[in-house]
Amino acid sequence: MNLNNSIQILIYLVVLILAVKPLGMFMAYIYEGKPAGLNVWLGPFERWIYRVCGVKAEAGMTWKEYAVALMLFNVLGIVVVYAIERLQVFLPLNPMGMAAVSPDSSFNTAVSFASNTNWQGYGGESTMSYLTQMLALTVQNFVSAATGMAVLVALIRGFVQKQTKTLGNFWVDLVRSTLYILIPLSLVVAVILVSQGTPQTFNSSATATLVQPMKDAAGKSVTEQVIALGPVASQLAIKQLGTNGGGFFNANSAHPYENPTPLSNFLEMLSILLIPAALCYTFGFMVRDRRQGWALLASMLVIFIPCLVWSVQIEQQANPLLARLGVDQAATVFQPGGNMEGKESRFGIASSSIWSVATASASNGSVNSMHDSFMPLGGMIPMWLIQLGEVIFGGVGSGLYGLIAFVIVAVFIAGLMIGRTPEYLGKKIEAYEMKMASLVALIPHVFILLPTALAVLIPTGKAGILNPGAHGFSEILYAFTSAAGNNGSAFAGLSANTPFYNIALGLGMFFCRFWLIIPMLAIAGSLSSKKIVPVSAGTLPTHTPLFVFFLAMVILIVGALTFFPALALGPIVEHLMLNGA
Amino acid sequence: MWREQIKPAIMIFIVLTVITGVIYPLVVTGMAQAFFHKQANGSLIYSSDGKSVGSTLIGQNFDDPKYFWGRLSATTPAYNASASSGSNLGPSNPALVDAVKARIAALKIVDPGNQVPVPVDLVTASASGLDPHLSLAGMDYQLSRVARVRKLSEASIKKIIDQNTSGRFIGLLGEPVVNVLKVNWALDRLKK
Repeated sequence: MNLNNSIQILIYLVVLILAVKPLGMFMAYIYEGKPAGLNVWLGPFERWIYRVCGVKAEAGMTWKEYAVALMLFNVLGIVVVYAIERLQVFLPLNPMGMAAVSPDSSFNTAVSFASNTNWQGYGGESTMSYLTQMLALTVQNFVSAATGMAVLVALIRGFVQKQTKTLGNFWVDLVRSTLYILIPLSLVVAVILVSQGTPQTFNSSATATLVQPMKDAAGKSVTEQVIALGPVASQLAIKQLGTNGGGFFNANSAHPYENPTPLSNFLEMLSILLIPAALCYTFGFMVRDRRQGWALLASMLVIFIPCLVWSVQIEQQANPLLARLGVDQAATVFQPGGNMEGKESRFGIASSSIWSVATASASNGSVNSMHDSFMPLGGMIPMWLIQLGEVIFGGVGSGLYGLIAFVIVAVFIAGLMIGRTPEYLGKKIEAYEMKMASLVALIPHVFILLPTALAVLIPTGKAGILNPGAHGFSEILYAFTSAAGNNGSAFAGLSANTPFYNIALGLGMFFCRFWLIIPMLAIAGSLSSKKIVPVSAGTLPTHTPLFVFFLAMVILIVGALTFFPALALGPIVEHLMLNGA
Repeated sequence: MWREQIKPAIMIFIVLTVITGVIYPLVVTGMAQAFFHKQANGSLIYSSDGKSVGSTLIGQNFDDPKYFWGRLSATTPAYNASASSGSNLGPSNPALVDAVKARIAALKIVDPGNQVPVPVDLVTASASGLDPHLSLAGMDYQLSRVARVRKLSEASIKKIIDQNTSGRFIGLLGEPVVNVLKVNWALDRLKK
């Protein structure tokens, strides 16, 4: 790996980690209702919202009430997004005259955005009206992220409270996440992105006269370029910050308008992991033991950093098939070299590879390069990171509550090994918590492997494949992995905008979102009703390097062993064939 | 249990929709149009007669030997700025090898004497299909050809390339690149 690649990785990690404490502490203040500037100024507005909406802000909810409120709100979101997509042709702010979106694609997209997945079966600039982008998709970008954060906060209360039935109020957690955390950060990021060249306008597409007229495939002369514009920056900012990932344009953050410069690229990459990383500190702060938060962040980094380094190394290598044609793929001061197919020149290898690892480990799913064209193992890293359960950072809120499910599994295993009753943060972990945590860990596996097997067996599944051989299998495996992990990135060669894929992936996204949220809330409710066991000599410390590595190993073993056979059929065999041929 | 949550669910949904789906994008639009008017409208560039020639951020297709060529574009037609897309060809796909071969052949036809190995970004498709940039190596490879066809000195063209080169951010992040569209447009204006 050359020097600049290492420096780019290092800068990214340092800036990210420096942001963890200030943002994490701010979020803890917001959720605990302590004065933190913003919530003082906007407090009257927040209380006005509750009054108008008939929310009793002081009334706590049991875990079941919390889950009911959450499901009502999210199902309503799915219905509204579906309706707007189907009706956009009759609605305003549609300067390019986009037609109604097909029923299956509308269903897929509605679930996709409500579940914080943001899988895009459609091409944004050629499908969605400005109104749909704003009123349907941008709104869900905010509230699906806020939903994840709310569940995490409820779970944290489960650890902190003693013998209490209620977990806080879902509406309050939802509104505070949106109003005080997501909107202010998005405003800042959006304006910086515009300064770099991201459009933010309600005008229709621009038309330019080409410098050199050209001929299209049919031999017809083309003299003009129609340049799609729109309110891009506002959607882009929350797309990155809310670990959403659904872009304004088909090419997502590879599009020069979504990501014009190396600075915009760095800011967007930082935004991907910013909140998930900072929430670790929020967790430690709220459970009154900050070491616990740092320990969770450390176990994420134990897996994340090697993947970063490995990914950059792999993509920096030459493609042997192109080397044989005499193509110059060496990195010099004049070119990044390496595997440049599906990558943008301004990002080169390092910025593209770092992004791919960040977007996959957080369940963001935005891309600044095409994962389908990565080297076989380079494309395997993001796929595998999603398969680990989206707990290495993961989605905002959802990543950390997913990780806590793995912590429960880990303390349980550790408890068996040393013969003590497992407990975490003073709460006894018993059969009920273990059952729920197992569901959280295992449900995504089912929704990845079974539909993949089905899709490769039936013609409608195989019809979507672009690349032949093992790579075609990888495309299908990645699609279901992405849906089940609520990630949303893709091996985009797969033609997934078909009824089969839209429905199969839509169901995967729905169940892997809400069937994990409900058991997590059940755990929170159960923990909340328990006593706090005082720390004794028999307590397993969960902030030590030993536990950090133990937790990482549990994640690796559960995730890696399940998926190794499938990965062997896809990227691993392709790697062997490419280098052996 | 769920009935009393219906009203809050609908009302909160409406309020948050107005805040995040109407007010927030309008505030961003207002600030963008006020402070960064050019960028907010797509960084368009105009010729002296007021017609738009394109955007500094959106590449165009060049296959005439007198222009510098940019990245390959997988959109239909090439550099279609209303339907961005990468090729999504996998590294082992024979179609990728064919596309690279065809590009090398096209480059050799217009510049048969050039024996330098072709830089990789000149023969591969960008992720967006709209990449306006090329590496310094990709420009350098074509410098002698463009100079010959245009009957200009390499030094005078090199000057234009330098003017349209952007380095890494703070010298560290991203890659140094040349804006192909701006270079070609500048070359066309030189004659006049």
